Parts: sequence; C-alpha cells; structure tokens
Amino acid sequence: MELTYGEYGGRFVPETLVPALDELEAGWKEALGDPAYRTELDDLSRSYGGRPTPLTLAERFAPGKRLYLKREDLLHTGAHKLNNALGQALLALRLGKRRIVAETGAGQHGVATATVCARFGLDCVVYMGSEDMRRQRPNLERMALLGAEVRPVEFGTRTLKEATSEAIRDWITNVEDTHYLIGSCVGPSPYPEIVRELQSVIGCEAREQMLAAEGRLPEVALACVGGGSNAIGLFAGLVDDAEVRLVGVEAGGAASLGSGRPAVLHGSRSSVLADEDGQVLDAESISAGLDYPGVGPEHPFLRDSGRAEYVGATDEEALDAFRRLARTEGILPALEPSHALARVAELEEELVLVCLSGRGDKDLAEVSAR
Amino acid sequence: MSEQEAAAGPIPNPLPPGGNQGSEETRADVSRGRGETVAVRPKALAVYLMCGPEAPALAEAAVQGGADLVELGFPFSDPLADGPVIRRAAERALGQGMRTGPCLECLAATRERLPDTPLVPMTYSSLLEAYGWERFGSDARSAGATSLIVADLPAAERPEVRRVQLVAPTSTDERLAVAAASTEGWLYLVTLTGTTGARSELSPALAGLVARARERTDLPLYAGFGISTPDQARAAAELADGVVVGTRAVEVAEEGPAALEKYVASLRGALDS
Repeated sequence: MELTYGEYGGRFVPETLVPALDELEAGWKEALGDPAYRTELDDLSRSYGGRPTPLTLAERFAPGKRLYLKREDLLHTGAHKLNNALGQALLALRLGKRRIVAETGAGQHGVATATVCARFGLDCVVYMGSEDMRRQRPNLERMALLGAEVRPVEFGTRTLKEATSEAIRDWITNVEDTHYLIGSCVGPSPYPEIVRELQSVIGCEAREQMLAAEGRLPEVALACVGGGSNAIGLFAGLVDDAEVRLVGVEAGGAASLGSGRPAVLHGSRSSVLADEDGQVLDAESISAGLDYPGVGPEHPFLRDSGRAEYVGATDEEALDAFRRLARTEGILPALEPSHALARVAELEEELVLVCLSGRGDKDLAEVSAR
Repeated sequence: MSEQEAAAGPIPNPLPPGGNQGSEETRADVSRGRGETVAVRPKALAVYLMCGPEAPALAEAAVQGGADLVELGFPFSDPLADGPVIRRAAERALGQGMRTGPCLECLAATRERLPDTPLVPMTYSSLLEAYGWERFGSDARSAGATSLIVADLPAAERPEVRRVQLVAPTSTDERLAVAAASTEGWLYLVTLTGTTGARSELSPALAGLVARARERTDLPLYAGFGISTPDQARAAAELADGVVVGTRAVEVAEEGPAALEKYVASLRGALDS
C-alpha cells in the first residue's frame, strides 16, 4: 500500500468506500487547482469565520516568557474546527453531495459542521457518544438549534472512537449522496491531507503575525493533540523552519504517540493505543476532544523523524492551566488547549507560541464539578 | 483445479489443505460435507460464525445442516464493516479472551471436527498488522484455514496476503477486474452499500453486480451481506453461485447447535429447491 506519511496513513477501508475515496481525492485535487475554490474559501473564512484570528501576547500567564496565543477560540463557533468544516463543505458542494455526516467528541466539530450545513442548506447528521453528550451539553443544544440531527452512540466507551466508527458506517451505507466530513487529520487517505491543508491557515497566519510582532519566529510552538488537527495546522506553517521546536501535548490517558503502537484504526495505520493483538484500547481524558486512542498519521511520522516531539499533560495539570489562564489573562480556554498551556512554564525557551484551539464555555460544568 | 472446472460447478474453492485437491470425488464430498459421492450441489452455502468456545461445535452443526463453507470471525474492537449484531458478537468474543492466538486454536479445533470443509477466517487489518501480515496468513493456514477474508483491506493492497477479495455495488469495473484477478477461489459480492446485517429485501444492486463480475471472471461468485431468510437466499442464488449468511447465523447460534443446524437446513432447502 502507498502509505502517505512514511509507514503511516493508507486506506484500510471496506471496498464499498474505495471508489468514494478516489472520487474525493480527484475532487480535492481539482478544487486545490481551482482559484475559484480558494477565493470562495478565503472570502468565507474572512467574512463568515472571522479570519485572520488575532495573536495575543499573554504577559501574566507565564512570567519570564514571551507567550503568544494563536486565538482560534475567537473563530466563529469558538474553535479551529470551522476552518476544516468550511473547506470540506465547499468541497462537498463541488462533489454534488447534499447530505453530510460527521462525528464529534467535544462537540466543537459537530457545531462547526452543523453551522456550515445551516449556511449552505445541507442535511446534517452528527454522531456523538452518549458520555460526551452528557459532559458537553451546551454543544449538543447548539447543534440542535443549528438544525443538525445528533445521533447518540451508546456502545463501547460512548465517546469519540465509537462516534467515528458509527459515522463511517453511516457513510458506507449512504455513500452515494453523502459526504463524510471528518473532523480531524485522521481517517483514510486523502482525509489527513485535506484536513492538514485546511487547518494550515493557523500556522501560516501565526508565522506572519509572529514576524510582525517580534521580528522573529517563535523558538517553540505548542498545540494539544487528540486526533491532532489544530497541531498539524500550526505545525504546517512552521515545519520548514528547522529552528522552531514543535511540541504536541497529549492527554495523559490518551497518549497515542507517547505510549501507542502501530495499529490500524478508522481507515489508517498510525500510532494507536492498542494491545499486542491489535485490539484498540480505551482512552481516558477529562477532555472529550482529546479522549481518542488514535492520532492522525502525520504525527507519528513527525515524531519518528524527530521533527516534532510529543509530551503529555494530566487532567489536573490541564485544569490548573485552564483556571490560571482565566485569572491571569481573562481568557477561558477549552480543556483541550489547556493541556498545551500546562507545559509552557517548564520550557527552556523564552519566545513561545501556543495554539489556543478553542474556547472553554463548553467545559464550565465539567470544570466546576472538579 | 482450473477456473473452467470451478465455473462449471460452483463449489467452495480452494479445497481445504490435505484434501485430494481437484478430484471429482473430493469435490462431491466437500459439497455434501459427508462421505457420500453425489452430484455437485448447484449452489454453495457459506455460514459465518464468530470464534469462541462454542464455535467448533456450531460449525459442525452448520455443516450438518448443509453449509458448504464456514467463515470464522476473528473479532476486532472496531469492526467498520459490521452492523450491530456482529459488532456485539465481537465485543462478547473479545470479552471471552478471543484474541488472535485463541482464535487460531479455535480454527484448529474446528478443522479437527471438519476435515473436509473449507474454513475461512474473516477479520480486520489491525489483527494482521499486529501479528505480522505474512505470518498471520501462514499460521492461519497451518491451523486449517482454506483462505482468508480481510474486511478492511481493499483489493490490490498487500497482495502477499492471499485472500478472498470483496467487491461492492460501488466498485468500478476497473476495481472489479483487480479483485477478480487476485481473489483466491471465489469472489465475495457485497450485495449492498452498507454494513453486515439482516434486511427486509434482497438488495436490488446484486443483479447488476453479478452481471459485471461475471464478465470479468469464471470463478464462483458468492453473495453476502443482508441475506438472512430462505427466500432471500434462494433469490440471491438465482443470480450468484452461492450465498454467505452471517448476521442471522450469529443470532441463531446463540440458541445452540441444534437451532443453528435447523436454520442452516432451511437455507439449504431453499437453495436446493
């Protein structure tokens, strides 16, 4: 198999989906080569999404550092997920697909997908684990208001892994008229490449903004990693700048890169929390968005090549960072990027860039309960 | 056996290891599953069962009921091609410790009871990735497997893993040709766009798929997914050379070998009528 990222990636899917992936790949290449697609996406990202998002100097959070936050929390719908949802919705329209299915963990991707479907008049079905429905209630209500049908997933861990499996099963069943709008840089090829490209706006903007603000690039750039889409988007803008250290921060109980092994999950070969027989293990994190035993295949490729490194943060460390950013900067981050914030203080570097991938309103109940 | 012979009598193929490959007697024996030498049955019946402590006895019952081939599911934690019934059966099997090693033992135990029946493990890529792609194939064959099905490994990928290929109504003609050229023994026709599971009607997509596949291969074409009743089996077999029954067999198997034998016999009766 032609794997996309060294020994990672590929297409491990039932035959039913292979022609759809071929069609998607051809449509994606055509879209990338069509200036009209890029122009429409850029216009919408600006006028509807609110791009470019600001770069904020956080002076009180980490004394002794110059910490900049890339403010994806200020994007419409409150997280970086909209970048991908907008781009894929425009792609679905080009492919003539009027029905969208998606999975969601924290609900941010579900909200972004429901939003673009409302905007373009597309039917929208979102699969969400019942455990995540419980702990991310505000996003559930937002999706309903936006006209999406949220289907609970009641088996297994009742979180993102099973929601993703059910979304893929829906796609297998309705592949003729349905686009699967995957929310992270995971899944069979070409999804990881598509999501990376659509999220690369984070890193490209942040690079220019850092140069404008500081006259130099950050010494280190951090992002949280669940499936890994905000991290791959940030890294995409900086990966060619060899002097910039790239650090991904995983949830301690969902460290696919830190303690995983090569396995096949959701259509691609990657580093997965799995046992020695290839059975996928349960992840566990306070953060629904990071609570996933797999990761996009480009991340283990970057890890193995040494270009990026991956560390962990515990639930408690993330909660501490969440509270600290609220009190010192007046910003409520989502629990997901709170993991990246938790690793800032101990860095040797002074000039630090963190992707603040989403806002924390959705997490208030979970944080208050602790 | 040449492809021509296989096409003339659509029986399970290839034959199990150790059999007298290719002789008329063996073919008849295999299709009957007992010692009699009779005419080759017109249509083949494959039954899917999940590996587990009861699987060898259940497989024997299925053959007593008239199954020509048994697929043995090696469970995976995240089976994308499967509907709720087989997914739950996989969860139960994993809960009973049915990892790759015990599944191979289950296969060997089934082979002991059924020396002449083709046995085909059906699983997912992650198990092969963990076990070693080629090692999995060779160890499965040593344990008695006739071939292999990997539900999430498209044709043309990993050609070193010899297996029965699947094609679906969405498969292009080009992909049908690739699958037909690389499949081992027979071609698995997924009758519908969807996951495994019983449906109220036989998929209308099957006829077109059979016609397109028939243009590209003389190998037997077995139709599976969404076939659960004798009527559906008969209708599918009017188009294809055989049928695969999974979900309903897994459900009935929970009631024990006697119930399974009776259910399989009802399918056999419909195919032979």
